[in-house]
Amino acid sequence: MKKSLWFISVLALLSLVLSACGTQAEKPAAPEKFRVAVVMPSAINDLAFSQSMYDALVRIQTEMGGPEKFEFVYSDGMFVVDDAAAAIRDYATQGYNLVIAHGSQYGSSLQEIAPDFPNTSFAWGTTVDTFGQPNIFAYEAASHEGGYVNGVLAATLTKSKVIGVVGPIETGDAKLYVDGFKAGVMATDPTVQVNVNYIGSFSDVALASEAATTHIAAGADAMTGTAQMVVGAIGKAKEANVLWFGTQSNQSSLAPNIVVASQVYHWEVVLREMISLIQNGTLGGKSFTANLANGGEVIEFNPDYPLDANAKALAEKTIQGIVDGSIKISLP
Amino acid sequence: MISDLFSVTVLIGILASGIRLATPYLYAAIGETFSQKSGVLNLGVEGQMLLGAFAAFYVSLNTGSLWLGLLTAMLVGALMGLAMAYVTVNLQAQQGISGIGFYLFGLGMSDLLFQRLMGTVETVRGFPKIYIPFLSDIPGIGEIFFSQNILVYGAYLLVPLAWFVLNKTTLGLKIRAVGENPDAADSLGVNVGRIRYFTIILGGTLSGIAGASLSIALLNVFQQNMTSGQGFIAVALVYFGAWRPAGVLGGALLFSMVNSLQLWMQVKSVPIPSDIAVMLPYVLTILVLVATVSKVRAPSALTKPFEREN
Amino acid sequence: MPAVKKRPPREWLSRLLDSLLPVFATLAALFIGAVMLLFLRVNPLEAYKALWDGAFGSSNAIAETLVKATPLLLVALGICISFRGDVINIGGEGQMIVGAILATWVGLTFTTLPGWLVITFAMLAGFLGGALWGGIPGFLKAYFNVNEILSTVMMNAIAVQLMNYLLRGPMIDPAQAELASKIPQTAPLLDVFRLPRLVPTRLHLGALIAVILAILVYILLWRTTLGYRIRAVGQNPHAARYAGIQVQRYMVLALLLSGAFSGLAGATQVYGVNYRMITDGSASGFTGSAGFNGIVAALFGQLHPIWSIPASVLFGALLVGANKMQRMVQVPSALVIALNGLVVVFVVSSEIWRRRRQRQRLAAADHEEEEPPRAETGRAEAGA
Repeated sequence: MKKSLWFISVLALLSLVLSACGTQAEKPAAPEKFRVAVVMPSAINDLAFSQSMYDALVRIQTEMGGPEKFEFVYSDGMFVVDDAAAAIRDYATQGYNLVIAHGSQYGSSLQEIAPDFPNTSFAWGTTVDTFGQPNIFAYEAASHEGGYVNGVLAATLTKSKVIGVVGPIETGDAKLYVDGFKAGVMATDPTVQVNVNYIGSFSDVALASEAATTHIAAGADAMTGTAQMVVGAIGKAKEANVLWFGTQSNQSSLAPNIVVASQVYHWEVVLREMISLIQNGTLGGKSFTANLANGGEVIEFNPDYPLDANAKALAEKTIQGIVDGSIKISLP
Repeated sequence: MISDLFSVTVLIGILASGIRLATPYLYAAIGETFSQKSGVLNLGVEGQMLLGAFAAFYVSLNTGSLWLGLLTAMLVGALMGLAMAYVTVNLQAQQGISGIGFYLFGLGMSDLLFQRLMGTVETVRGFPKIYIPFLSDIPGIGEIFFSQNILVYGAYLLVPLAWFVLNKTTLGLKIRAVGENPDAADSLGVNVGRIRYFTIILGGTLSGIAGASLSIALLNVFQQNMTSGQGFIAVALVYFGAWRPAGVLGGALLFSMVNSLQLWMQVKSVPIPSDIAVMLPYVLTILVLVATVSKVRAPSALTKPFEREN
Repeated sequence: MPAVKKRPPREWLSRLLDSLLPVFATLAALFIGAVMLLFLRVNPLEAYKALWDGAFGSSNAIAETLVKATPLLLVALGICISFRGDVINIGGEGQMIVGAILATWVGLTFTTLPGWLVITFAMLAGFLGGALWGGIPGFLKAYFNVNEILSTVMMNAIAVQLMNYLLRGPMIDPAQAELASKIPQTAPLLDVFRLPRLVPTRLHLGALIAVILAILVYILLWRTTLGYRIRAVGQNPHAARYAGIQVQRYMVLALLLSGAFSGLAGATQVYGVNYRMITDGSASGFTGSAGFNGIVAALFGQLHPIWSIPASVLFGALLVGANKMQRMVQVPSALVIALNGLVVVFVVSSEIWRRRRQRQRLAAADHEEEEPPRAETGRAEAGA
């Protein structure tokens, strides 16, 4: 009795699904509406890499006059490279004006897909490589610049002369940021010791947290870190009242008392240029860098943290120096 | 430099963080020990931990009560256990696979609820450290053993308790009998299904606490997939400990302390690549097991559903 | 495959229902998913229409489904062998990675050899790499009593770090080594080393290889002494030992072969889909969790190599379709994962009805015909 009931409900659902297949309505996109699709490796609320892009798209949407003028859809959590490739191809098929592959691991897929959709514009970050194709934009963040500023600040504020860094894997954007940070510290005070811990994962919050505890036990009174698992480290910094320097997204909300400043990616600077190029018929072939000079990277000071006026002045001078080129950051 | 590793600070650091890191493993692995002792392999621990972690965090954040959060985590874990018990006991489903199913469900569901109900990463003030009077003042020892939060102490108290229940009570005897020879247990009047329901639900509850120990005691944040494979490590540790709570404790401490050691190695600039350092706890766990060839057998009925012969 | 004799029509129907059971169970899980979708204020019909379209809606969609199913099937074939030998291999993720690393190394090293030769070598290298990574837990289980669940979980983690180390160090793309961004990936394979595509979609030769291997694994398990012995050890190690089979050796072999197929899955992902190795730091970024999902697919196929083919396609369709659904109705990808979990639980739970009917049939046949092949899930009866 129960079994047959079960079968009937399943069959009913099946028939509903099948009948729905017939009632498909094509909705033509309004011609003036700009449509963007983005594929991201982590969640849109990761307070890190993916969120920086999501927030930028929201800002662009507001600028351009709301969802009527600017529509965007996203696939987040696309850490499987192969699935991301399918998503990119599918969005291109659906006729989006711009398809953003927001993850350096997606490059190979894009290189293969883009030639099949010559009228669609693609963007790939973080990298400088457009593969020489006319419909791929490349974008990257000069994360070492903000890292350098954070490093200068950290070296100024540390009293124990020990600074801890928590990273995911020693590569890409994370390595660039950490190397910039180290350079900033060394340029300010070479006697400060920078301890770096790469925990081998983008998701292991517990190990990131324990890495922070290790730094604190080793005497660190200022820390930084990059990628989405650092929320665990920020928690430890908060408990131990150790200063934190954020990157990618603004991390002040997590620990208002100890976050000094965050380097925030404002991808809208890059996106704005891309969109206007696309609207004028150029679909790619250019590479963009978000940096301190063009406002693609902004050092956002945490208003709740009582930052010493001299230190803040030094940070602003450093930013100015990087912008006008008087400070050259030498990376290993 | 390697020589920098041999200092009191590092030693205390390794021991203290080893003890903390082992906490979630202990809860989850002791729970898994109970269910495996009764013949049920639960690979869904990771999913139960994630849902427990979210439940504890969300409730604590909104009610301000950590205990209510912990209770909710236990309840959620127990419910996941109940579902698992129904599927593996009544429906006699293949245990390993249904466990993977429950893992995926917990992984997705915790993230979905997180996105819908919270939307962004937040922090709570978790269970505070409790300094045991006098003992916590002993240099070194005090910091390692007697300055932890209540869930850490709870995990270590659980070990002798689990040993006692498994080996010195009638319930423990029944659990072991059901795991070794369900037919014989059944013919002696033990309700095999009921015992397995009990152990699986207990395992779920403890996994829920394991999750809570991360989200409201040790890390005090919730993020998608924050357990990052710890549930699977916990299952592995049950095998390491050969189904004995003390063995599980040994495995959890070994794994955690080596993990902490590799963090210190990086901090002290020991010249090996970070990836290789991260491998260490996994490699050593296997090597230790190889070196101490164990003769212990798994419970005979492990992974085998029970059905009464008519 | 049971020998078909004259059977009453009822029985034929009952067998058909059995083979469709996973489909019904999947639909039942999707029914619960529909409730969840309603909570997210998404029209479930629209969502499931997208799911169907994504999986089977066009030739390209079907090709994508088959591309996804290929590694699932290869892993599943290995699982058929190991589970039949009563060893639980959850190290598919690590075995895929090591197989892929070795295969990639072949392609990047022997750049002057002809394409067909390199592809052959690379597939063999993948097979070997997986065999190594599966063989170690097998060896440790057989001779050191190290449980294979423990060792395979650990070996997965080790493989990930090994991959990260190699891809950002010794094996990094020379072009990336020059850049500041240093993306952890190898150089691309030469075009001539790519697995040929079957139709103008992403469907590649790997799919065909997997199907052929499914038949070979069937022959191995049921038509060779080796297969017979692996199954004998799995069904009753004591009896097998009594019959003079070296149980230890066949335990190692079962895990080794199982790993080898996962390694091959890794190699086909590189040579058929990605054309290079890239890491995002996790196992699933490369494997797409095929090392785990393949286990599920094998069980959907009742641990039978031939039935694993449709089972892998079904599961692959679900994965591909669910991603499409995510895009079309913009539900969080987390829902897709939860839904997958539900499907797995429902399908594995539905097995009980198949077993019950199988037993009824047995009772009806009253031992006058030969016994149908004992499915692995029927181990309960054997063990009890």
